[in-house]
Amino acid sequence: METAVFIVCAAIVLAGALGVVLARNAVHAALSLVGTLFGMAVLFLNLEAHFLAAVQIIVYAGAIVVLFLFVIMLLGVDRLEDLSVEPITGQRVLAAIVGLGTFGLAVVFLLTSDIGARSVGTLTRDITDIGQYSNLRQIADVLFTDYVYAFEATAALLTISVVGAVVMSRRMARGDEAQEAAEDD
Amino acid sequence: MSTLVDLVWLIPAFPLAGVLILMALGRRLGEPRAGWLATAMMGGSFIATVLVFIGLVGHEGDEREIVVTLFEWVPAGKLAVDIGFLADPLSITMALFVTGVGALIHLYSIGYMHGDEGFSKFFIYLNLFAFSMLMLVLGDNLLLTFLGWEGVGACSYLLISFWFTDEANASAGKKAFVTNRVGDWGFLVAMLLAFLTFGSLQYGEIFFDLEQNGVAASTASAIVVLLLVGAAGKSAQFPLHIWLPDAMAGPTPVSALIHAATMVTAGVYLLTRMNPIIAASHDWVPDLIMWVGLGTALMAATIAVAQNDIKKVLAYSTVSQLGFMFVAVGSGAYVAAIFHMVTHAFFKALLFLGAGSVIHGMDGDQDIRRYGGLARLLPITSMTFVAGWLAIAGVPPFSGFWSKDEILAYAYGENKVLWLLLLITAILTAFYMTRLVLMTFFGSPRWVSGDDHAEGDEEADTETDEDALPHRHPHESPWTMTVPLVLLAGLAMVAGVSNLPFTSDVHFLGNWLKPSLFGNEGHLSFGGGTQWVLAIVAIIGSLGGVSAGAAVYIRRRIDPARIEHPFLARAWRVDEAVTNFMGGPGRRAFERTTQFDEQVVDGAVNATGTLVRRAGTKLRSSQTGLVRSYALGIAIGAVALLVWFITRAGF
Amino acid sequence: MVTASWYLILAAALFTIGAVGLLVRRNPLIMFMCVELMLNAVNLTFITFGRELGDIGGQVSVFFVLVVAAAEVVVGLAIVVAINRRRPQATADDLSALRG
Repeated sequence: METAVFIVCAAIVLAGALGVVLARNAVHAALSLVGTLFGMAVLFLNLEAHFLAAVQIIVYAGAIVVLFLFVIMLLGVDRLEDLSVEPITGQRVLAAIVGLGTFGLAVVFLLTSDIGARSVGTLTRDITDIGQYSNLRQIADVLFTDYVYAFEATAALLTISVVGAVVMSRRMARGDEAQEAAEDD
Repeated sequence: MSTLVDLVWLIPAFPLAGVLILMALGRRLGEPRAGWLATAMMGGSFIATVLVFIGLVGHEGDEREIVVTLFEWVPAGKLAVDIGFLADPLSITMALFVTGVGALIHLYSIGYMHGDEGFSKFFIYLNLFAFSMLMLVLGDNLLLTFLGWEGVGACSYLLISFWFTDEANASAGKKAFVTNRVGDWGFLVAMLLAFLTFGSLQYGEIFFDLEQNGVAASTASAIVVLLLVGAAGKSAQFPLHIWLPDAMAGPTPVSALIHAATMVTAGVYLLTRMNPIIAASHDWVPDLIMWVGLGTALMAATIAVAQNDIKKVLAYSTVSQLGFMFVAVGSGAYVAAIFHMVTHAFFKALLFLGAGSVIHGMDGDQDIRRYGGLARLLPITSMTFVAGWLAIAGVPPFSGFWSKDEILAYAYGENKVLWLLLLITAILTAFYMTRLVLMTFFGSPRWVSGDDHAEGDEEADTETDEDALPHRHPHESPWTMTVPLVLLAGLAMVAGVSNLPFTSDVHFLGNWLKPSLFGNEGHLSFGGGTQWVLAIVAIIGSLGGVSAGAAVYIRRRIDPARIEHPFLARAWRVDEAVTNFMGGPGRRAFERTTQFDEQVVDGAVNATGTLVRRAGTKLRSSQTGLVRSYALGIAIGAVALLVWFITRAGF
Repeated sequence: MVTASWYLILAAALFTIGAVGLLVRRNPLIMFMCVELMLNAVNLTFITFGRELGDIGGQVSVFFVLVVAAAEVVVGLAIVVAINRRRPQATADDLSALRG
């Protein structure tokens, strides 16, 4: 059963990812991204990370992708990108080499070491057995004790990024804008 | 076990909170609320210290050494330094008078700094100073003490040149800073040497290691001598004493707090804290400390005789009294050193604050030649000043007598010549303080009350002799300034009770400090009879000094000009000697260094610059501005790293 | 039986696709999506290793990655909007004002 779920989800994830990279239209790319994220959420469930699976759907698929779509709509990016030309010489060749290098080396590393050899969850104690706490409870226990400063810092990070986004996307006063446009040209 | 001692972290936390609040809100609070906040913080710190003291008293005698560690600070391999506080009798005694006197001086400053532009800034510095001083005293390792040591140095610099628009003040601050740097070098090297030798910077661990494994006498001597350099810098001992008289350029509460009561005693504290290492060093090392102290005490006392600036007299007096403490440390009388430090903190703070009150009343004039007859006009100031005078002169039963007598007794046990010279210093102390008091508060006024002469009359009156004298409007200071004076006067009178010499039961401070001294406290080698004789000699000496002062400055038996020799007035020309040396051979050496700097060092720097510029011109074409090229670069780097990891892992 | 290496190889593949996409695409929005793909790949490895080592820390790390990714998208998209207002339809290659 697990194997079947894994294979199906892996196929969805990879197909979505290829969709993102190959789609000429930004809206199609965003929709492919949703597919990848959903597949990923199911894989998280497979790995017994229930809380993160939920967060993955809510935050990624629900918020981030919607934000992408909003921006696409706002900017009206309807011009299709021409994927057949590459302005930078050698970019594609080098990108392919780098891609193969990353993947190949990672696989070599995995196959020659013993980290991946064992079945999932058999190396040490099973997470779910620790005190029979739920996944959520375990995360909360750690998050609000060991990682509490980091947690508070992320709160500040989010606030700052919201303020930053507001400042950057604010429309300038008409005079300023005209002036800046003049400087640009 | 949780006790009141665990509150020790609160002691420095209060002034730190004061600094932070005042930095954020100081200007908005304005005068006088900023001052009240700072004073309240010091008051809180004092209360915390009292609570810790009570907690410490509740422990058994030999358990009165409690380390409260807050967190790891520098976990670097073998060098592990924590932010931790050592609450033991020595540190808490220091903390008590630092916070107590500090709080009173904060209160006084509210009145003294009235109307100053930098009112809230002044209190930030004062609170920062108090925080640093408490870190110095309470730190449980040398590095934390060093942190406080540098902190008080920086605050001292900031406060000496507080009115920095006047160039003299700014350069006085620089002088203090540079002179202290020489001392700090000694401390730093001593600290590193101690770490090399004992493998730790924590006092407890150093002393434990010393007890278990011992140490070579030469190593211990080197550490102590270097510490002495540091202590001499901070505590203004010869030849590093030259900064302290100039430090009087700062506001008077600063002189009272930093340059009389607390910071300058840090050197004595450090040496007392390291007493096991002094005990482990060669015999000549304590003697060196002793003779440095004696030389400084005697020299500063003679200089004080000839000074005319009220604050300079007190400054040289401070240098001299610190010399007394060094003599005590050198002769193993640590209790006497700390005892004198405490009583000195009370009466010298009192004298400085009194001087500040006089200066305040005399429109900023500091020259005692233009004072006189102020007792009637400044009743509280003069009464309290007299109490401080009797205390420092060593008249029983005021506090100074008890502490100075104890130092004299130990000096007698150590070396008769030393005792005699120290006695002469004590007599000189009584003499110059009498001179100061008589010239300031008694005799006929050498100024004219401004009210008697309306401005219009000035021209007509310039003919008469009397009008050559300055116009002043002396007035008593506000209550924020007089209350600290009265409290300190009370303390200066009765503080001697804390350590009476009669029986070992009333030797309270001595019994209290025992756990911090590890049995290294010296013992008097002679009986009670000799002590009585010595005490009587000391009393006769101080009374003799007082009456000699009275004879010269009231009865005019001898012309004061014959005593106030220019050589003394110019502080034995130490400053000139330093200037001449630095201006002559020193300057030539600097010029040589400059030449080297310009040709070799600058040459290398310029060559580097040229090289970088040429390389940059070549390399700038690689900056395409295309973000995807940059991303490709990152990706290639990541792959290369991956390759490196895999090959290193042995595949 | 699915072993950890399956998940890890899937993550490597996903990461590679994201990286290549980032290098090849010129639309800044799609480049952002590729970054998200790479972050997801890393999340998957975190969870897999956390599971294998019996350590909840892996999942906590993923939590923080999610938060940072959200912040990054917010700021990144704001930049894209700001750029597009001044230079409509600009691709990543058009923005080379920092050329040396």
